[in-house]
Amino acid sequence: MFKPSWDLERNQLVERHTLTVLVDNEPGVLARVVGLFSARGFNIESLTVSETEHDRHRSRITIVTTATPKVLAQIKLQLERLVPVHRVHDLTAEGNALERELALIKVSGKGENRVETLRLAEAFRANVVDASIESFVFEITGRPNKVEQFITLMQPLGLVEVVRTGLTAISRGKEGM
Amino acid sequence: MAQQMTGAEMVIQALIDQDVEHIFGYPGGAVLPIYDAIFQQDKVEHILVRHEQGATHMAEGYARSTGKCGVVLVTSGPGATNAVTGLADALLDSIPMVCITGQVPTPLIGSDAFQECDTVGITRNCTKHNYLVKSVEDLPRILHEAFYVATSGRPGPVVIDIPKDVQFALGSYMKPNNGSHPTYKPQMEGELEAIKMAVDMMLKAEKPVFYTGGGVVNSGPEASKELRELADLTGYPVTSTLMGLGAFPASSDQWLGMLGMHGTYEANMAMHDCDLMICVGARFDDRITGRLDGFSPNSKKIHIDIDPSSINKNIVVDLPIIGDCGLVLEEMVRIWRSRTNEPRTEAIAPWWKQINEWRDVKSLAYEKSDKVIKPQYAIERLFELTKERDVYITTEVGQHQMWAAQHFHFNEPNRWMTSGGLGTMGYGLPAAVGVQTAHRDALVIDIAGEASVQMTMQEMSTAVQYGLPIKVFILNNEYMGMVRQWQELLHGGRYSNSYSESLPDFVKMAEAFGAHGIICEDPAELDDKIMEMIDSDKPVIFDCRVTKEENCLPMIPSGKAHHEMILPDTADIGNIIDEKGKVLV
Repeated sequence: MFKPSWDLERNQLVERHTLTVLVDNEPGVLARVVGLFSARGFNIESLTVSETEHDRHRSRITIVTTATPKVLAQIKLQLERLVPVHRVHDLTAEGNALERELALIKVSGKGENRVETLRLAEAFRANVVDASIESFVFEITGRPNKVEQFITLMQPLGLVEVVRTGLTAISRGKEGM
Repeated sequence: MAQQMTGAEMVIQALIDQDVEHIFGYPGGAVLPIYDAIFQQDKVEHILVRHEQGATHMAEGYARSTGKCGVVLVTSGPGATNAVTGLADALLDSIPMVCITGQVPTPLIGSDAFQECDTVGITRNCTKHNYLVKSVEDLPRILHEAFYVATSGRPGPVVIDIPKDVQFALGSYMKPNNGSHPTYKPQMEGELEAIKMAVDMMLKAEKPVFYTGGGVVNSGPEASKELRELADLTGYPVTSTLMGLGAFPASSDQWLGMLGMHGTYEANMAMHDCDLMICVGARFDDRITGRLDGFSPNSKKIHIDIDPSSINKNIVVDLPIIGDCGLVLEEMVRIWRSRTNEPRTEAIAPWWKQINEWRDVKSLAYEKSDKVIKPQYAIERLFELTKERDVYITTEVGQHQMWAAQHFHFNEPNRWMTSGGLGTMGYGLPAAVGVQTAHRDALVIDIAGEASVQMTMQEMSTAVQYGLPIKVFILNNEYMGMVRQWQELLHGGRYSNSYSESLPDFVKMAEAFGAHGIICEDPAELDDKIMEMIDSDKPVIFDCRVTKEENCLPMIPSGKAHHEMILPDTADIGNIIDEKGKVLV
């Protein structure tokens, strides 16, 4: 804990980091976390949350944020200060974490576009989860830039709407949080 | 076998088990069962306030003067919202407080019921933690946990929102456990390696300074003792924030006075020019640092704090030590002793010489007068005439607060109660009531301004009801003095809405409350009238008429660094702050 921290000041570049937060799933815990970000002017790019240990009522919150290293350190410490928070890990700093996102994508079209849509979906391993004569709904899972790329390709082919879960992430290897 | 009782009875039993002797509150529909439980016992004394904000400040004054947790009890809706200011105040100044709020019955929550508000939503960002109790089974655990969270680590306010049906419900009560929590585990002991490294840095310093804060007071009397010992051993100079006054004795030769925006020249210059800053339980607040990029440019910085999030928040430091400052200071003393038995008098002699030159500037000097009472003079006399007594000082917020910090001198911790972080006008009078509740025989003085004191004046009635002889010493300059001073600094002396029109006759007001009123306009009569105030066994309102347009100096103007202070001999303060500084507060 006592290593000199002047490099915090030197690096003013904004970085994107994925934080994973283990919390007690009690009423208001999400509001507490989100409220902390808004009250202190931190960014949230994406947020996912769900109870992951039902017997112990614990949830995992995955937050993607962008900030300078100094502010990132603050975000982590401020989160750890919240009473229902067990632990905060900066998966980006720890390196090489698995990051996934799920999206449902509605595309409408006829004729050649429809064939092309399906061909691209196959290449991206997107599944058809709903189909009508004039539309598909695809389900795609992957790293955010893969999802992003697929959505961009669907744009000219009749993209109607998109919903995304936001990023969720876990560290590699045998160690748990 | 767990005892069966109602939720309301559990509240009282938990207070008794937590050694609570006094609570400050105001009844209402949603807390009637708890008030009924209060009625049927005599272990916990309830102080009836006149406004819920008053209750919170009383609890703060009580907590800060005793080191115990302050307890507040208010009703739902407006009761809770009126308490919000005091909660925010306690959060910023790290005051341990448990605030119990009534809530509409659980089936009505969310229906916009009468006197309903989203108390946990409203108070989430102005408390350390808060709870909505949905079942009586959870109540005992939450009550005890609230006291643990409020008082351990960096202290702060905790709200427990209890719906009325939960207060009526029967359940089994349990005693407090030994004070632990599954997730909230503040680090108390500092890392030994870090402390050793700190002592090494201190042994090499040529221009060291201790910069201490409210954390030393919060840590308890032991921390103040250790600080004194360490200062003794090292011979290093000590300055303190507003919140830390009294932790180190003002009578010591090593004392530089308060630092920061209205701190002394020597304290701020020592901060600016030091080569080693040892920050103990302070948080590099903007009142302290001035312009961040001009803050103590050539020093190594050690930061001792119990709250890891205080580290590197405003100022990046070289050596953080997380832990309770009392325990860390104790270790420092031990390690210092193992290295040397001599203070480093010779090594730092040039530094003291420099500091003494800064002292010669006499930054707290002011122009004396025998025609009008100068506010600084009034505080000086108040100090001289009370210093042999068992005295506690509270303040409101503004010029009088800064003059009190500059000219009243504290030699012990827990004697100085002021709203530092939030800067809450109206804090001092109720805080004095809280202090006097805990220290019935002490002399408790609220050093006030005529504007601030009117914000919570109604609590005089509380003081009279409970026979609490607080002394409200008003430095009456008929202006919101600090607002006026900033208007002179920044806005060409256009005193927009800062003149206190239609002031009440404070003497008659005191009499109307059943208190004693004194007015003084002549410096020659001041001593006698202060003695009259001290000798009165009633609460007193003292209307001390002082110079109207006195500025509170010295001052680090907004946007400037420590070495760019305005000193008392500055003729025109209207042209000092540049455009960038103007947007700052």
